[in-house]
Parts: sequence; C-alpha cells; structure tokens
Amino acid sequence: MARDGEGDEREPHPMVSGKALVKRFGGIAAVAGIDVEVRRGESFGFLGPNGAGKSSTMRMIACVSPRSDGELRVLGMDPETDGPRIRARIGVVPQLDNLDVELTVRQNLQVYGRYFGLSRAHVRAKAVELMAFAELSDRADDQVEPLSGGMKRRLTIARSMVNDPELLLLDEPTTGLDPQARHLLWGRLYQLKQQGVTQIITTHDMHEAEQLCDRLVVMDGGQIVAEGSPSNLIGRFSTREVLELRFAPGKQDGQITRVADLADRHEVLPDRLLLYADDGEATLEAVHARGVRPVSTLIRRSTLEDVFLRLTGRSLVE
Amino acid sequence: MWLRVEGHWAWYRRYWRSSLYSSGIEPLLFLAAMGLGFGSQVEAGAATGGHEYLHYVAPALLVAGATMSGMGESSFPVLSGFKWQKDYIAVTATPITPGQLLGGQMLWLAIRLGLSGVIYGLVALTFGAWLRPGAVLVVGVGVVTGLACAAPVMALAAATYDEGRRFVVMFRFVMVPMMLFSATFFPIEQIPIGLRWLTWISPLWHGNEIARAAALGGSDPLAIAGHGAFLLALLVAGVLLARKLFYRRLVV
Repeated sequence: MARDGEGDEREPHPMVSGKALVKRFGGIAAVAGIDVEVRRGESFGFLGPNGAGKSSTMRMIACVSPRSDGELRVLGMDPETDGPRIRARIGVVPQLDNLDVELTVRQNLQVYGRYFGLSRAHVRAKAVELMAFAELSDRADDQVEPLSGGMKRRLTIARSMVNDPELLLLDEPTTGLDPQARHLLWGRLYQLKQQGVTQIITTHDMHEAEQLCDRLVVMDGGQIVAEGSPSNLIGRFSTREVLELRFAPGKQDGQITRVADLADRHEVLPDRLLLYADDGEATLEAVHARGVRPVSTLIRRSTLEDVFLRLTGRSLVE
Repeated sequence: MWLRVEGHWAWYRRYWRSSLYSSGIEPLLFLAAMGLGFGSQVEAGAATGGHEYLHYVAPALLVAGATMSGMGESSFPVLSGFKWQKDYIAVTATPITPGQLLGGQMLWLAIRLGLSGVIYGLVALTFGAWLRPGAVLVVGVGVVTGLACAAPVMALAAATYDEGRRFVVMFRFVMVPMMLFSATFFPIEQIPIGLRWLTWISPLWHGNEIARAAALGGSDPLAIAGHGAFLLALLVAGVLLARKLFYRRLVV
C-alpha cells in the first residue's frame, strides 16, 4: 500500500476500501461488518433509511470516528494513523451546515482554507473562484446568518472544496432544500464529477441517488443489503414497470386477492395497490378483465425507490 | 494552532467593539467605582498594607477581570462550538486535530486576556493606580490566572450535552463568590478562619497575591513561588482534562 503522496498518484488503489468494517456505540453495532470499495472518479452512494449506518460509515471515512473493527483505507492510508494527512485531501459536507454564521461568505472560505495550511494569497483567489462556482459572488461580503438555506448549503459545498479535494464526502447534501436549490446543487455536483472529483453521497432521497450515483449500496440495519448501479439494481430487484391502482375510499380491501397472481410481486399501500410486472399495459388489461375497477391507474417505470422499499422494508421508512 | 487563532481573529475584527467592552472596559468601571469612588472612603492602613485603596485594589481587579472573562469565554462560546454553531466539528474535519483546536482556543484566549489587560493597565495608569514598574507583570499574572480558571471550564463545556444550565450555576456559585472572597477587595485576614480554606483553594486568590507582590512589592519569594505553582498545576491539570474531553467529544 502506497504511503506517500507521490506513490498515491501512481498506484491505482481505490479511494476508499473497507473490509468487515464495524462501528459500535456501546453494545450497539451501527455498522455491522461491511465491505465497500470506492474507485477514483466515481460517484458512490450510500442509501438507507435513517439509522442504517450511513452517517457512521461516512464519519469513519472522514477520519473523525475511529473504526471499532475491520479494515479501512482512505486514499491508501489508514485513518487511525494518518487522519490529518487524509483529511488534508478530502472535503466534507456535513448533514447539518456548520458554517461560521457570524462571518461573511468570503471569510468563511478564506478562514477554512487556512486550516488546510494554504497560503493567504491562495485562499483569497480560491474564495473568489468558489463564490462564483456557488453563485454567491454578489453576497461575498454579506454575513452568512441571514442567507437562505439553499445559499448556506451551496456555501458549505463550496467550503468543502477549498482544498481541491480528491474525494468529496456529502452527507445528505440536499435534505431540506427546495427543488430549484436541489437542481442547482445537482448541477454543481455533476460539474465536479466531470472534473474528476470522486464523490461519496449518502441520501434517503431515491431520486437524488438515481441522478447522482454511478454505483451505490443499500444499507439497512448496519449492513449492506445490495450493491450495483441504479439501473442494475432496478433490473435485479424490481420489474421493468409498475402498475398503480387506486380505489375509492374504503373499496381497496380485499381487491389484492383478486389480482395478486397477475404480477411478479405486489405491495399494498394504504391508498393504493402496486403490481410489479414487466408489461404494465397487459397487466392492466388483465385486471380489467377480472372486473376490478379502480378509480385511477398509473403505469410507470420501476425506480430506485421500488428497490429501496423492497430491500429495506416499507414500514421502516420515515 | 496559530491558524485557529487566525480564524478567531477574523471574527474579532468584526466584533471587537462589543467584545472589548465586556473584557476590557468592565474592569475599568470596577476600578473607577471601587478604586476611586469607594476607595476615597477607605484610609490607607494595615489592611491595605499601608497603601491607598486604589493601589491596593487595582492589580487584583485586573486579575479578577481576566478570571471572569476567561471563565465566561470558556463556557457558552465553547459549548456552542460543539453544539450550536458546531464550528469545532467543521474545524476538526480539516487536518486540525482536537488537541490543536483546544490549543488554539487557549492561545486565542491568552491573547485576548493580554490585550484587555494592557488596555486596563494603561487606563489605570492615567488614574495613577500603579506605583512601581513591576506592575507590568500584573498583565501576565492576569493571563495565567485567567487561563488556569478557563481550562477546567473548557473541560466542563466539552462534557456538557444539555443547554448549559450548569454554567449559570457555576457563575453564581463559583465565579461570583470567588471574585468576592479571594482578597480582591479586602485582605484574607477578614475572612473567618474556618472559611479561609475556601479562599486558599481559589485560583484568583493566588493570582491576586502574585499581582499585588508585583505591583506593590515587599513579598516573600517563596510564597510567590507557591502561588505560582498552584496556578500552573491547575492550568496543566485543566488543559489535560480538557484535551481528553475534547477528543472524547469530537472523535466518536
């Protein structure tokens, strides 16, 4: 394993590699022995319901939380012994913004950059560049406190890039943002990916995972329950299409027994039935042929959300 | 550590007025009220070592002021770094370690205590509060005493997970009594012998004794060494404890 900076560039070691990785708090295993490998340049996602162990895993990778057991290498180094050296080359976007709200946008970037030991001239120029990237240039010398949630989030992401990180850790980057702010952020993250920055993203927003991740793992109860690209996971764990049937209030009970055998798999939700089938249109015809008359129907493609619900159990999802 | 001080400095440049008021101007108000106002009613006598009350109280007020701002700056502001503002979490995501973070915090506090001490000292000079050149050492005594009191409070902040009600209790039942009964305003001999041990364990009393020795002269060097040793021991113990608790809070 390469131990010095130059060696890191030459040897194609994975950005992150964990084997039988465990994190225990007291007697409880938040992460219960996972194997994970993130390659250079990819966008890698950790999906899972709250409490699945995503953030604990992220904190171990960010070298702020020692592992309880197993192996972990980040940028080819051991977080246990090389924490500061690893942290110098990664960027972290925490779940909750922890900007210095009493300082200006510009000061936040400059002060943070200095913590990485970067020169004053460098962070001055870098701050200007990052403010443009985050579309915050016209707020440069405004205090952070009154900025909108979206602006603060963008500033947090800009701040995480002040050291030109090779690896960016994003813990639920768009939670709580409105759709416009989310799309703007996704655009920025895509731009970073084009520049070759490896990204690790946790989310429980399936749409976000489909948008951003080349490859992802689904975690549940501290373990990895599935791994693959979004389309690969959909292919493996769901059908091509989903037929949604909605009934008038109170009329849904018992309907599933009449149509369940028409689908590969089904789900009963409080307000609708989901029938998983490769050909939604044909399944709908078969449903009608049996005299079942829902008030509305929808045929859609399977999404990651369907995979997620199947793998982590509907009742667990908040 | 210095980089962290620089970060604090960026904040200070924006907010120095209000901060300077509380840490530098407040002791001066005390000096005006107690030294000049109240002191005009006090005759120089055995209790004040033969000195005028202004000369007697001026060095102790500097040290008491440093102690109060040291403890204040180490309570809610430090807890906020962990809990509300979370800037400690942000800083320790960089190559800065929790130990360096603590070091930066202490160093920054030292600089601010020194700065307020100098300002206080200069203004007090115009009042004619200083008798000997040795009085410049009082600023250093204030810094050391302030840090010695601050370090355990930082440790307490690192171990605080609620809204910090314990600080309010600490201010009321530790800090204020310490200020009042550490021979700041009157000599320890006025305190009943049975309660005097409370003064003996007060770091402020040890600071006051050294400060008076520097400002007024005429003290036993051995006693001064003893007072200094007490403060340094408290400082070292406080820093070690705070360091341990900073790691426990930030590396989980």
